[in-house]
Amino acid sequence: MKKTDTHTLHKDTGLEEGPLVPRESRVREFWRLLKPNKLALAGLIIFVFFFFIALTGLVLTSGNRPVFDPAMVRLQEKLRPPFSEPRLEDLRPEEIPTLGIYLLGTDDLGRDVFSRMLQGAWVSSTVGFVAVGIAVLIGIVMGGISGYFGRNPVRVDHILVAFIVSLGGGLMVAGALFSGGVLLLIGCAYILSPLWWRKVLGKQSAPRLMRFLYKDTLSIDTLIMRLVDIMLCFPVFFLILTVVALLPASMYNIMIVIGLTSWMGTTRFVRAELLSLREQDFVTAAKALGVSDWRIIFRHMIPNAMAPVLVSATIGIASAILIEAGLSFLGFGVPPPHATWGNILSDGKRFIFDAPWLTFIPGFAILIVVLAFNLFGEGLRDVLNPKLRERY
Amino acid sequence: MLSFIGRSIIQKIITLFFVMVVSFLIIHLAPGEPSQVDPLNPKFTPEMVERFREAFHLDEPLHVQFVYFYRDLFTGKTVSWKDNEPVLKKIGERFLNSLPLFIVGTILTWTLAFPIGIRSAIARGGVYDRSATFVSYLLYSIPGFFFAYILILLVVNAFHVPVIGMQTFGFGDVSLLRSIMDRVWHLLLPSVLGATVGIAVLSRYVRSQMLEVESQDYVRTAKAKGLPPEQVHYKHALRNALLPFVTMFGLILPGLIGGSVIIESIFSWPGMGRMAYEAILARDYPIILSVNFISAVLVLAGTFISDCLYMVVDPRIRL
Repeated sequence: MKKTDTHTLHKDTGLEEGPLVPRESRVREFWRLLKPNKLALAGLIIFVFFFFIALTGLVLTSGNRPVFDPAMVRLQEKLRPPFSEPRLEDLRPEEIPTLGIYLLGTDDLGRDVFSRMLQGAWVSSTVGFVAVGIAVLIGIVMGGISGYFGRNPVRVDHILVAFIVSLGGGLMVAGALFSGGVLLLIGCAYILSPLWWRKVLGKQSAPRLMRFLYKDTLSIDTLIMRLVDIMLCFPVFFLILTVVALLPASMYNIMIVIGLTSWMGTTRFVRAELLSLREQDFVTAAKALGVSDWRIIFRHMIPNAMAPVLVSATIGIASAILIEAGLSFLGFGVPPPHATWGNILSDGKRFIFDAPWLTFIPGFAILIVVLAFNLFGEGLRDVLNPKLRERY
Repeated sequence: MLSFIGRSIIQKIITLFFVMVVSFLIIHLAPGEPSQVDPLNPKFTPEMVERFREAFHLDEPLHVQFVYFYRDLFTGKTVSWKDNEPVLKKIGERFLNSLPLFIVGTILTWTLAFPIGIRSAIARGGVYDRSATFVSYLLYSIPGFFFAYILILLVVNAFHVPVIGMQTFGFGDVSLLRSIMDRVWHLLLPSVLGATVGIAVLSRYVRSQMLEVESQDYVRTAKAKGLPPEQVHYKHALRNALLPFVTMFGLILPGLIGGSVIIESIFSWPGMGRMAYEAILARDYPIILSVNFISAVLVLAGTFISDCLYMVVDPRIRL
């Protein structure tokens, strides 16, 4: 909207500015609110910087002949301090570091810490983002169902079908293919049955047995919130440690396990937001227009409920990175071919007196990134929550 | 009140039952089996494995194992698979070791977080507030193990005191004072580390509660009457800001058992967290499950206590 336009609108409507045009675009408003918060701004800058480092790390350290090879072992060059020159006479041509210098030193196998940190940036950020992505996805779906359909009761037949299907699935996994498959088929047939049921029976009232099956037990909301309560009873780090230790070591398991154990907060936020949004006029209007339930939830309500989710996701990435580092430290982290900041640190801790850079470089890197995520998340909370604005 | 207590107890028992089921399933459905932990051990003949499986009901179906396990747990007969010691006795010993860490850590958290939070709320926006905010984010973000190494390096280099373990090894025949000081030095670092996150979080929380109350009308009235600032801050504002923290006494209960795995393994502190870690390494299911069960009970008891306390201290809440 140009200035002259605003001017004519002002004449037409007598309002200070145009009636429908927001004063400033979302991005500019966001920027204006974030700018005075220096800590959050620094957090955002580091966040973006870290993201680029991670991307370049992926590009430069992967492939058959990477530019920076994080796995190149040079035993004759082990534990060199940062900024030391390689001894060129001892090295074969392909072993010479790309920069001609060990920017961050080498570790106990003579691997270039700079390359390993680059790769670790990518691995750590992937773990953080994927884990939080899983958690947010589960949280939004569960919170959405619980907030929107919360009042709908769960019927006895729902419980039975869920039980049969999960039993069938469990048996299939455990190896009893035939009986498991039969149970799964029965369950699926029952789920699909309403499609032809109505044609056969018309609108007759259900028989007596059916009436028992259609009895209401508890509401969906209660069910999901109890599930959240159950999950909150577990000591999180201990649970993650147990599961990761029992499963075969892999990066994907760690992401999935962290994601599956941290969706409870998001669920609660989304549910709370949807409970209040459900009563608002635009939802009623959408319903009156005949918009489908799922479209109302995901197109109209969730975008309005995203503020707390974004904040908790930002902080969640920080804590996922910390958890991954902690797991690596205990020896259950991402397994060796990948370098992560956590396992660079835990490998380096044995040499803390001889080679302190192996502890301090990854340690400070984790600290700075996690700090940036936390500061930015808190800043985001202030920006997105109009109630808090005056106070800060 | 009574009906609330009754309902909430029933609800918590149902939750606990599902926690029991879920944790049992997680442990037992994971691939691998405890009888195969050490397949290369020559003493572990197939007959031994068979005897082992029979002794611990491992050849029964899952639901029977479930009943057996929790029957044993409630009657106190569960034994560790690793060394046949009763689980409750082992947990009890380790618990006593973790207890000093927990007590010192909690005292540090609560005595430091409150003054810091209150002062930064009163001096909002000032240098003190901003630096306290930054430091609390710093403490919250620093990886515990990294901070532990920094502190170990600092303390060992500056004071030349031993810090690893519960006491110096072979320190038997020295004067009482020296051995007490030795204990204190060993206790100090792990409990400071255990308290860092708590201090950071709690001081922020105190600050925001204080700010919330300071913006209320009755505080403005008190200021307008011309009361001295100390009286406004500490008598009118602080007392009302303290309300939510009464309930937090319930929420520190789970910390009793959740001794930090990482910190206890860095300092070789023979506490709960370390025992749980060793149990995970050895696939000692009874210990893992018992620790899980006890901590779930503590979480539920903690929330129950905090709900009740809230009802007692806040007359606006009547359920």
